Amino acid sequence: MSAPLLELRDVAKGFPVRDALGRRRGAVRAVDGVSLIVPKGSVLAIVGESGCGKSTLGRLALRLIEADQGQILFEGEDLRGLSARALRARRRDMQLIFQDPFASLDPRMTVEQAVAEPLRLHGIVPRAQETQRVAELLSRVGLRPELARRWPHEFSGGQRQRIAIARALASQPKLIIGDEPVSALDVSVQAQVVNLLQDLIRELGLTFVLISHDLGVVRHIADRVAVMYLGRIVEEGPTAQVFGAPRHPYTRALLAAVPGQGHANAPLLEGDIPSPINPPSGCRFRTRCPYAQALCAEQVPPMEGAGHVAACHFQQNLPPALVGQDVDTGGERLRRLQAYFTDQTQRQGELA
Amino acid sequence: MSTPVLDLARVTVEFPTDRGRLRPVDGVSFSVEAGKTLAVVGESGCGKSVTALAIMGLLPQGGEVGGGIRLGGEELLALTPDQRRARRGGEMAMVFQEPMTSLNPAFTAGEQVAEALRLHQGLSPDAAFAKAIEMFARVRIPEPERRARSYPHQLSGGMRQRVMIAMALACRPRLLIADEPTTALDVTVQAQILALIDEMKRETGTAVVLITHDLGVVRDHADDVVVMYAGRVAERARAADLFANPQHPYTIGLLGAVPRLEGGAARLASIEGTVPDLMNPPPGCRFAPRCPFAIARCAEQPPLAEVTPGHQAACWRAPLDTLLEQAA
Repeated sequence: MSAPLLELRDVAKGFPVRDALGRRRGAVRAVDGVSLIVPKGSVLAIVGESGCGKSTLGRLALRLIEADQGQILFEGEDLRGLSARALRARRRDMQLIFQDPFASLDPRMTVEQAVAEPLRLHGIVPRAQETQRVAELLSRVGLRPELARRWPHEFSGGQRQRIAIARALASQPKLIIGDEPVSALDVSVQAQVVNLLQDLIRELGLTFVLISHDLGVVRHIADRVAVMYLGRIVEEGPTAQVFGAPRHPYTRALLAAVPGQGHANAPLLEGDIPSPINPPSGCRFRTRCPYAQALCAEQVPPMEGAGHVAACHFQQNLPPALVGQDVDTGGERLRRLQAYFTDQTQRQGELA
Repeated sequence: MSTPVLDLARVTVEFPTDRGRLRPVDGVSFSVEAGKTLAVVGESGCGKSVTALAIMGLLPQGGEVGGGIRLGGEELLALTPDQRRARRGGEMAMVFQEPMTSLNPAFTAGEQVAEALRLHQGLSPDAAFAKAIEMFARVRIPEPERRARSYPHQLSGGMRQRVMIAMALACRPRLLIADEPTTALDVTVQAQILALIDEMKRETGTAVVLITHDLGVVRDHADDVVVMYAGRVAERARAADLFANPQHPYTIGLLGAVPRLEGGAARLASIEGTVPDLMNPPPGCRFAPRCPFAIARCAEQPPLAEVTPGHQAACWRAPLDTLLEQAA
């Protein structure tokens, strides 16, 4: 395993909760003691449902919000110890892509201005070369360079997300964090952007943290996956292992709930995620867990395992998991048709 | 064969705009029988939600509907606005994507369900509220008595959608239209809500039209499917047939664009380009500009023709199996 580009050690962040009159009524521990390692050149996915803290974690990792405790090591250097100025200089190495391409681009800037801004900010190229570099970046993300003079509103969601990616790439970052970068897109456009991200990660040797609730996308592009529930990581490991042999009951429930696997009648997780203001004692998943016992309320389960870890007292004693798998009803015919479809699409793309 | 609960015949929807007439739905036909779920699947702008609103009679001002929409044999388009209003909530009901915007924040959840019962079933206020609590229990809202007295903002997203389903089903409608009912919800809650709709359908024999962009949801919950593209039906089949033997190139691309949970494919099939501008649609087949299998003839609109019994596709090149023979 290569050296970590990013490492989080016991990071925590709480937000104050106020009542209608603005009085402090406790705190939400949005992220509660998270440790993670992202090796250079790898893709780590952070998955979980709304309110699990995954987006907060992404912002903490870039120090866009300040952590309450813990270390955030970027190439071994603790970002929390940097001065504002040193942090600004570091920022060119790390970029964030947001979910909503309609909100993340300034409507008053042309595409060229938006993509050139980080070039100028970090002094990447001399002014004279800006236009050319913007053109390169746009073609890199599959947009015609002539589009540089256009305004964001002239583009579709998928094209805007490509512009946001070009902007993120402009400063030649080592790390990109994508917070639900394809969730707002229609499935055919989502596939285009997923393919683009995969190409960029491979060709540029990027390290990528993908924050997502979409398990299919995660399975498709992540090397490792961390599953979060109510501010804590409950399972982490190589993607194929976590999906193929999930060890935490929550991961199992999450995988089983993905539609399209032909087991619509599998037992479902009951209830909603509890309020993070007053999370359950011990294991936070115990209130919804079909295997919970008295011990789970008393002790926080430790992370156990090597390489593939899970925080569950009874992970050794669970019944075999229902493994996440789509039903392959289309079979060989569909696979051949899809291959032919992709082939012909590419051939026509080359001609155009 | 029994009369379908809902029958759409060449439905069109048009809106006048500054740039001319916009036709987001163009000749859509399908029918749903009692106790069955028909899924309408497609990407944004394909016309699936506009079709739903046309059925309900809830189109925005200026929307004009052509063709025929029959509910239990009765032509809805021939009814007066008052008659249609009487059908809504009573004989047909709709559940929307975002329950918060469909619930009135100023009234408790129970009062809103009770109101539907008072209007459509003429129950007294007390009897209606008691029935509302009973409905809350049936959609498995925990502590139904207390929840009925809660305001929408005090409920979670999943709970609000249960309230919407309770309200929709309170009057035992013949038809339930669910427009992306779980898109705003987390995956574990989505599974609960879809299971609930299935269960209610089995109990009451309600016909369900499920509008969704998620092929996984279609696979698990639909009996029949209509695939829409740019306002038209691209393919129509029993759900099992569609997945086993898809016939329209758009369906092939769509199925390949969804990443699979067991991994495998190195690259997703992507459909290049974007959906056409409906103010200025391409002539003939609307998918042709993005279709890798398009030929000269595609400049003419292909009819929705039977490929195998009960399975129709609007494509000159269907059945696509002949393409594979050529490719081999």
